[in-house]
This record gives sequence, structure tokens and C-alpha cells, in this order.
Amino acid sequence: MANATTTDHIDIPERDYAAPAVHYLNWQYTASSWLLTLDHKRIAILYLITISIFFMVGGLFATIFRMELLTPEGDLLNADTYNKMFTLHGVVMIFFFLIPSIPAVLGNFLLPLMIGAKDVAFPRLNLFSWYILIIGGTMAVTLTVTGGLDTGWTFYSPLSTHFANTNVFLAALTVFVTGFSSILTGLNFLVTIHKMRAPGLTWFRLPLFIWAIYATSIIQILGTPVVAITILLAGIERVWGVGIFDPYLGGDPVLFQHMFWFYSHPAVYIMILPGMGAISEIIACFSRNRVFGYEFIAFSSVAIAIIGFLVWGHHMYVSGQSMYAGYVFSILTMIVAVPSAIKIFNWTATLYKGNVVWATPMLYAIGFIGLFAIGGATGLFLGILGLDVPLHDTYFVVAHFHYVMVGGMVMAYLAGLHFWWPKMTGKMYPQLPAQVCAVVIFVGFNLTFFPQFLAGWMGMPRRYHSYHPDFQIWNVLSTAGAGVLGVGFTVPVFYFLWSLFYGKTAGSNPWGARGLEWEQCTSPPDPHNFHHTPVVDHIAYPYTGEETLSV
Amino acid sequence: MSSAADTHEHNPHLAHHFETIEQQEEAQSMGMWLFLAQEFMFFGGLFCAYAVWRFTYHDAWFEGSSHLSTFWGGLNTIVLLLSSYTMAMGVYYCQIGDTKRLTNRLIMTLGLGIVFVAVKLQFEWFPKFHDGVVPGQWWGPAGHYADMAAFPEQGHLQLFYFLYYVMTGMHAFHMLIGFGILIPLIVMSAMGKFGPQRFMAILNFGLYWHFVDIVWVFLFPMFYLVT
Ligand SMILES: [Cu+2]
Repeated sequence: MANATTTDHIDIPERDYAAPAVHYLNWQYTASSWLLTLDHKRIAILYLITISIFFMVGGLFATIFRMELLTPEGDLLNADTYNKMFTLHGVVMIFFFLIPSIPAVLGNFLLPLMIGAKDVAFPRLNLFSWYILIIGGTMAVTLTVTGGLDTGWTFYSPLSTHFANTNVFLAALTVFVTGFSSILTGLNFLVTIHKMRAPGLTWFRLPLFIWAIYATSIIQILGTPVVAITILLAGIERVWGVGIFDPYLGGDPVLFQHMFWFYSHPAVYIMILPGMGAISEIIACFSRNRVFGYEFIAFSSVAIAIIGFLVWGHHMYVSGQSMYAGYVFSILTMIVAVPSAIKIFNWTATLYKGNVVWATPMLYAIGFIGLFAIGGATGLFLGILGLDVPLHDTYFVVAHFHYVMVGGMVMAYLAGLHFWWPKMTGKMYPQLPAQVCAVVIFVGFNLTFFPQFLAGWMGMPRRYHSYHPDFQIWNVLSTAGAGVLGVGFTVPVFYFLWSLFYGKTAGSNPWGARGLEWEQCTSPPDPHNFHHTPVVDHIAYPYTGEETLSV
Repeated sequence: MSSAADTHEHNPHLAHHFETIEQQEEAQSMGMWLFLAQEFMFFGGLFCAYAVWRFTYHDAWFEGSSHLSTFWGGLNTIVLLLSSYTMAMGVYYCQIGDTKRLTNRLIMTLGLGIVFVAVKLQFEWFPKFHDGVVPGQWWGPAGHYADMAAFPEQGHLQLFYFLYYVMTGMHAFHMLIGFGILIPLIVMSAMGKFGPQRFMAILNFGLYWHFVDIVWVFLFPMFYLVT
């Protein structure tokens, strides 16, 4: 354990309240200085813009099918269109928003700053990864306008190989190509964390965000290639007409599910671990407290990455896989929940004894803890072999993973964006609207997805455009919540843009936070990050409780 | 700490974001190994699919395998292992500063690689295409492969050939990517750009090339030597 005495002699550094004359945003203005930039901070901004657009597109699909679900009859959309809407919602949100969200935006921006480096290890590869995402995105748009996709984001055979009438091959290729953006980003980050840390920045002095990104990158490198080849095989199989996965041609659809979930369960952790990292930073800052059990949180990230590779069969209890395999996967699923629980207890313990400051990022972070706890616990319901059989393919599952993905990751992403926005832009957004908006999102989210737990518990199946009239009340509530959520997600766009022009100058450290990016960098940072390579001689989060806010 | 500006003057090959040349080399080497880990998982998915069907449809695997030419496959294995040798020698000559021999060995590596792909297409894939050994709607073994038509489970046999084309094709695709990297390396080497001070590109390409060879070393018995 790092000992507490090392924090004693650390003084709070001089605060810088002005913006620097030259920074990474204003030192060059041409289009090529953005589109051909090798600067990790500018690449982060490129990702931010890209995935914000994809988030809106994915949200639009959701809006359309939530409208359909207002009434039990299939009146707004026919079944085919409905299938396409939820499929495209899933594909866009997962592959083009959630997976790149925190790693590619905040990770790119913060990783070199937090470890005292001038850039990531391979800046060209970093830019290339963004272009791969753009190519994949272009393919996704082509897919959408040429008839979409109706197989669900999971591409299950025989639906994808035999019955679907849409362009499954193009969709498979889209996922394949986009996957390499994620793989190469993970590779870049792993090398950067291993080889580019500032002098004195040992592993146990690293911010927990870095540990989380590290664990995420392992999954990206080891998991993504498997789903890439699996989906490509399914695509080739469809064109070629030979059965690996298609039972009509002698293939085995359960093999597809094994290979698909081998990646796609770990991918769930690509979509939550980085969020947990951001939450650790924010909880520490606004509790003015060192994170309780630093080592436990750090190792729990790595444990999640490793055990996460061993639980994929919990998606397949009703697929016909061996019952004994089901037992093992069920037990392993209980085990993988332990590291997540450790994190929640440690965050809570950090809040206890801390001086809690209710700034906007903190509101999102507290929301994250509550919603992720519900999402995680209901994941255990579904991991229990017997209970999963009736709940499988109901709205209970939909509600569960939205509590993790939206209540968890999107909340964490917004928390991180609100926390580091002043660092990224040098401007502060107005606090009151932002705080109100955080509450609106929290309420809208629960209104949207809590009724889905109830409808699912009562047996409403997912993926149908019409349903039994008894479920209507829950669907009306859910659609109303989606409206509130839509407003909540839209307002930040306006106050963030507003802040760029009219926001007050943030200064280098508006939150009184600790960490190299706050204490040794200007806001916005210098094009080369640091004037001198920083030397680190203390533990992470040496908060004394006397830091002041200048918001 | 010295600032970045003065360390730069020592070595023109040091990128601005690294502090020392050792740090840069370690980063490049680790990057390559991680890339190979990614490649391992990528082929791993294919090997997994292979394993499932190999043990389920053993008869079809035996039947399909008996129609693959051990001669051409074996020859190609030797060609590829030789190219690994020339590549390894290239790395050695680069590190001792013999640029002329380095260029030479890179060209030999490329030549052997081209022989491999040419043999594969000319003596293995094209004759099969010609005789209807194409899984899917064009399936219909004839000519040299006519006796395969008598095998009772044609679907299983097609699966064997499907995996054969996909896996050896994916391997050949990796070789083509290798050519695409080798050609600029040869040009740069001829211009004298490599030497004991600058060998990471050669070393890393060598790693990639050996990896591709090792994949073939597994593919050869998996398809050609099923008993
Ligand atoms: Cu799972």
C-alpha cells in the first residue's frame, strides 16, 4: 500500500487563471492542420465530433421505434422497417459510439497528458485509426441508405445467413473494418502506457483512468479480431453459400454464437471499463479525497478484463449449449461481478469522509454509481441459469444492458466530458443549466428504462413491433422518458457550443483537481503538452481537502 | 531533465515525442508484438472453426485432404521456410551494417514469397477452380477430382474446401500485404537508409514475415496431411 505520509509535504501548486496565448487549438487554422494532424489532442476532437454525429443518428433510430411502440398495434412501422430500426440503432450505438466514446475521445486526449508524454507512441497510427472509423462510418451510411440491416446487431445465423433480405455482407464488412480502428487504438495505448510514462510515474502512481484504459486496450486487442473474423465468415458464407454457421447448409449456428460472444461479452467491458476509470477520477476530485483502495480498483480493472473472457456462454443458456457448460458459465458470471462490486464499494468509501462538492461532473458520477449498480445487479439475475430461461429475450434484458450502457457508460462519458471540457477548450460552461440537465437526464433515463424491467418481468418479448395491449402503459411511460432523455442529451450541445464563444476562461485548474493534466498543463494545453517533461514524486490523488473551486 | 530540443540534435531518427532512441525502439518492438497478438487471435477464430468441423466431419476431411497435393504444398513449405531464412539473414546484415547484402536478402525474400503465391495459384487453386472444386453453387468436382463426386456427404466436403480457401487465402493475403511492405523496404535499403542505427523497420518486418510463415507451418499439416 502506498503510505499516506508521502502526501504530507505536497503543496497545492500555483493556480493559473488565464488562457495561454498559443495552445493546441489556435496554433494552426488550416483544414489540413486538422485532417492530417498527428496531435493526439486534435485527433480526440475529431473523434468527439464524429461520435457525436453517430450518437445523434443512433438516437434518431431509437426515437422512431419508440414512437411505434406507443401503441400495441404495428401502425407506424411495418415489421421489416421496425427490425431495421432497432438493428441500425444497435450497430451504430455499439460500434460507432460506445466503443470509441471514452477510449477514443477522452483516452486520446488524456492519456499522454496524464502520463506526462508528448504524444501517444504511434501518432500516425492514431490518425489512421480515426480514418478507419470514418471509412467504416461511410460504409454504415451506405448500408443505411441501401436498405439497412434487419438481423439485429448480433448477426445470428440462420437469420443473417439464410433469411435476411438486406445487405448482410456489407454490414459484416462494416463491422470488420471498424473493428480495426478499435484494435489499433488499443495497441497504441498499451505501448504508450508501457513505454512513455514520465520519470517517477510508476505503475502505482498512475491515475486509475489509465489503469482502466489499459485493461480496455487488452480486450480490444485480444477480442476484436475474433469477432472480425467471425462476422466476416458469416458474410462470406452468405455470399458463397457454404455452411459453417447456417444449419440449412450443414453448419452450426451455436458455433457462431460461441465465436460472436467470445468477443461481444468482453466488448461489454470495452463499453464500461473506461467509464469506471473516468468515474474514479471524478469521485476523487469532488470528494477531495484520495481514492479508497487504489490498488483494489486498479487490479479490479485488470481482473474484469481477464475473467470477462471466460463468461461468454451466459448469453447462450437457451441456445442448446451443454447444460454443464451453462453451470460453469453461470458460476463464472457470478465471479466477474465481484471486481465491479469492489469498485462500487470503494467509490462509496471515498465519498464517506470526503468533502463532497456537487459540481456538474459529480452529479453525473453519482448518477453513474446508482444506475450502474442496478444494471450490474440485474446482470446477475440474468447470469443465473434458471432465472435466465424465462427472462431471456424479454425487455428485462433490454433494460439491463441499457442501465449498464446508457446509465453507466453514457453517464460516465458525459461526466468525463463535463469534467475535462474546461481542459479541452479552456472555457467553462454555465453550471446551473448543466446541473439541471444532469438531473433531467437521470430522471428521463429511469423513466425510459425502468418500465422496461417491469414489462420484461411480466414477459414482454423484445424485438417485436406489436405487443399485447396489457403492456401499453409501460411502453407509453418508456417513450415519454425517451422524450425527456432526448431533451437532456440535446441541451448540452447548446451550452457546450455557447461556452466556446461566451464561456468564461477556465484557467488551468478550475476544479482544484490533482493530476499532471491539471497541474502541469495550461487550458487548453500547449501543442506539445508540457514545456518540460514532468517528474513525478508522489502518489495519485494527493488531495488534502483544502483545494478550492474557481467555477 | 533535458528539454526535448537538445536531445533531438543527437539523432535525426528520433521522433519528437520520444525522449531517447531506446525508448523509441522499445515502443516500436512492443507495438509489433501486440500486433502479432492481434493476428494470433484473428487466425485463432479460424482455427477454432476448423477444429470443430475437423472433429465432427472427419471422413470428409480425410477425403478432401487426400486430393490436395502434398508435393506442391510441401514444396511451398520449403520455399516459405527458405524465405524466413533469407529474412533472418537480412536482419543480421542490417545490424552489422552490410547494406548491400541486406538489400540482396530482402529481394530474395520477396522472390521466394512470389514463388509461393505463384505456385499456390498456378498449381493448386486454378486447377481446382477449373475442375469445379468451388464450394457453393458452382460445386461439381470433375476431371482430376471426379472421384470426389462419389463421396456421400458433399456438403461436408464443401465445408473442408471452404475453410481451405478461406484460411490459405487469408494467409496468402497476409503475404501480399508483406510484398507491399517489402518493396518500399527494398527501395529504402538500396538508398542506404538502414543500418545498425536504424533497423527497427527491418526487424519488425522480419517478425511479421516469420509470423506469416508459422501460420503456414500449421496450415500445411492441417489441410494436406489429414489421416
Ligand atoms: Cu455477457
